[in-house]
Amino acid sequence: MQRYILRRFLTAVPTVFGITVLIFVAMRVLPGDPVALIASEGQGQYVLSASELASARASLGLDKPLPQQYIGWIGDVLHGDLGHSFWNKEPISATIGRRGTISLEIAVLAVLFSWLIGVPVGILSATRRNSWLDNIVRLFMTLFLAIPSFWVGLSAVLFLVLVFTWRPPLTITQLWQDPAQNLAMVIGPSLALGLGLAAGLARMTRSTVLEAMNEDYVRTARAKGLRERLVVSRHIFRNALLPIVTTTGATMGGLIGGAVATETAFGVPGLGNFLVQALNKRDWMVIQNLVLIYGVIFVVINLLVDLSYAWIDPRIRYQ
Amino acid sequence: MVQAESLTAARPIIVRPHAGRAMLGALGRFFKSSPLGTAAAALLVVLLFVALFAAQIAPYDPLRNDYAAARQPPSVQHILGTDNLGRDVFSRILYGMRVSLLVSIASVALGVSVGMVWGVTSGYIGKTYDILSQRLIEVLTSFPTLILAMLLSVSLRPGLGTVIVAVGVTQIPLATRITRSVVLSVKETQFVEAAQCVGAPPWRIMLRHVAPQCIAPVLVIATLNLGGAIFAEAALSFLGVGIPPPTPSLGNMLGGVLAQSFKPPWWLAVFPGVAIALTVLTANLLGDALRDFLDPKLNKRLG
Repeated sequence: MQRYILRRFLTAVPTVFGITVLIFVAMRVLPGDPVALIASEGQGQYVLSASELASARASLGLDKPLPQQYIGWIGDVLHGDLGHSFWNKEPISATIGRRGTISLEIAVLAVLFSWLIGVPVGILSATRRNSWLDNIVRLFMTLFLAIPSFWVGLSAVLFLVLVFTWRPPLTITQLWQDPAQNLAMVIGPSLALGLGLAAGLARMTRSTVLEAMNEDYVRTARAKGLRERLVVSRHIFRNALLPIVTTTGATMGGLIGGAVATETAFGVPGLGNFLVQALNKRDWMVIQNLVLIYGVIFVVINLLVDLSYAWIDPRIRYQ
Repeated sequence: MVQAESLTAARPIIVRPHAGRAMLGALGRFFKSSPLGTAAAALLVVLLFVALFAAQIAPYDPLRNDYAAARQPPSVQHILGTDNLGRDVFSRILYGMRVSLLVSIASVALGVSVGMVWGVTSGYIGKTYDILSQRLIEVLTSFPTLILAMLLSVSLRPGLGTVIVAVGVTQIPLATRITRSVVLSVKETQFVEAAQCVGAPPWRIMLRHVAPQCIAPVLVIATLNLGGAIFAEAALSFLGVGIPPPTPSLGNMLGGVLAQSFKPPWWLAVFPGVAIALTVLTANLLGDALRDFLDPKLNKRLG
């Protein structure tokens, strides 16, 4: 297992390197550098002369050769310096610290909801295959896979605003400051995201459980007179667990991206909201470093998912 | 969303010659075997028709402001109401459907064709090229798809083409992996060996013998990805980095609805969302049915 962890860890290093190169190419090499992006955005209000553009470039270090810029950026990041926002000069790392906890809470709760809803529903729907319950579950799964979670969020907020004249909180309340208010803020986005994830998970659980039910060891377990509940929990579910972990791992990318849109729909001041604001203001330093952080988080999650497969199923370690 | 980011091998379906006739027969069998798939296909045709003839169907100009009729709830004149500038929501949805379908179909076509070329060459040629390709694909998949699309759409000039490219690039890795895995098994078949023996050049073998085998799985991937692409366009435009206003898209119609006033008009949020859900649902159902029909084994690997 240790050798597997080491090997898997080493393959992540070139991937992270590739991520930095791709971000750098997208931000600096593709037509239009950050200054041009900012200047092109304002309709007349940020029109800069050629010399102003040049001095803006120089002050941001954009006049240096590209390799030097790249090394400078990576050096800063490795020293823990993520730079500051172009517009309000706040250090990016401070904003991430403040908002990141909110996004982390939302992501963790969403995964939790998806397990709590998706797995039991999937098992139930498989064990009562083709019953009316199964049909309803399948209908809802198909529906929730098609409904974008950010729209669920938008509609939920709209409903609350119109019916209860409730407004989403705009200030950041951390869990340790005021748990109730913090929960009120994160519960909406995590439910909206969790329902979408649960639909995918229930679908996967259903098909793997159905498959496991046809295995010989299940027939053996029944034949020796084991109670149905035990057959399901000990024999069927245990073996359906790996695909469930796989599905959760595979949906992480969708969760991170979806969280950005859903946070914005709910107006929750999380990390995703920060990214959207930066995108719309062409705040390139924020975009560059936030996308890097999202990429690294995703790589780490994939690493952990892979390691958990190896832990659940020892056969994988020796491939 | 169906996320299919961790994917391994796919089984090749050996395509026989005289494919034109066989394809018609296959279409007939598909309609017979899958009523739900047929319904989805019919619905997609209807949606495409609506998108294509939006100009003829729409009762109003989607871009014309009419402040006298601003923020009207659904009525006989404006069946889905009007927005803040008095533009007819129904007409905007029709045109938005056109933009959304154009973006999603074009981006899937882009992603899948690049992915197919890449997968066929990387699988067939192998060696260093294949290893490097695999690394690059790995980097592309290390971004959450929506984040990658955001990065690309902000680094290029805002517009329709940019959104197509941004969403299209996110579709490349999956198509490449599927194609490559098919190629790896097709490479070992006797008909490829025979072609090599008579001295056919590699490009000819790839084009005539290997690539056709990848069409069925790639078609399934393309249809399954369609829903994801519609969703991606909607999310990007909703967040303000997709289709720039005033051009309507199903996504950008949802943007800023809540920020508008103390009493947000519900019809502005509900109807475009229903249109998105309906389109994604149609694409998903068709994709599922096509997958079950063409390659039931793929089901498990896609999750």
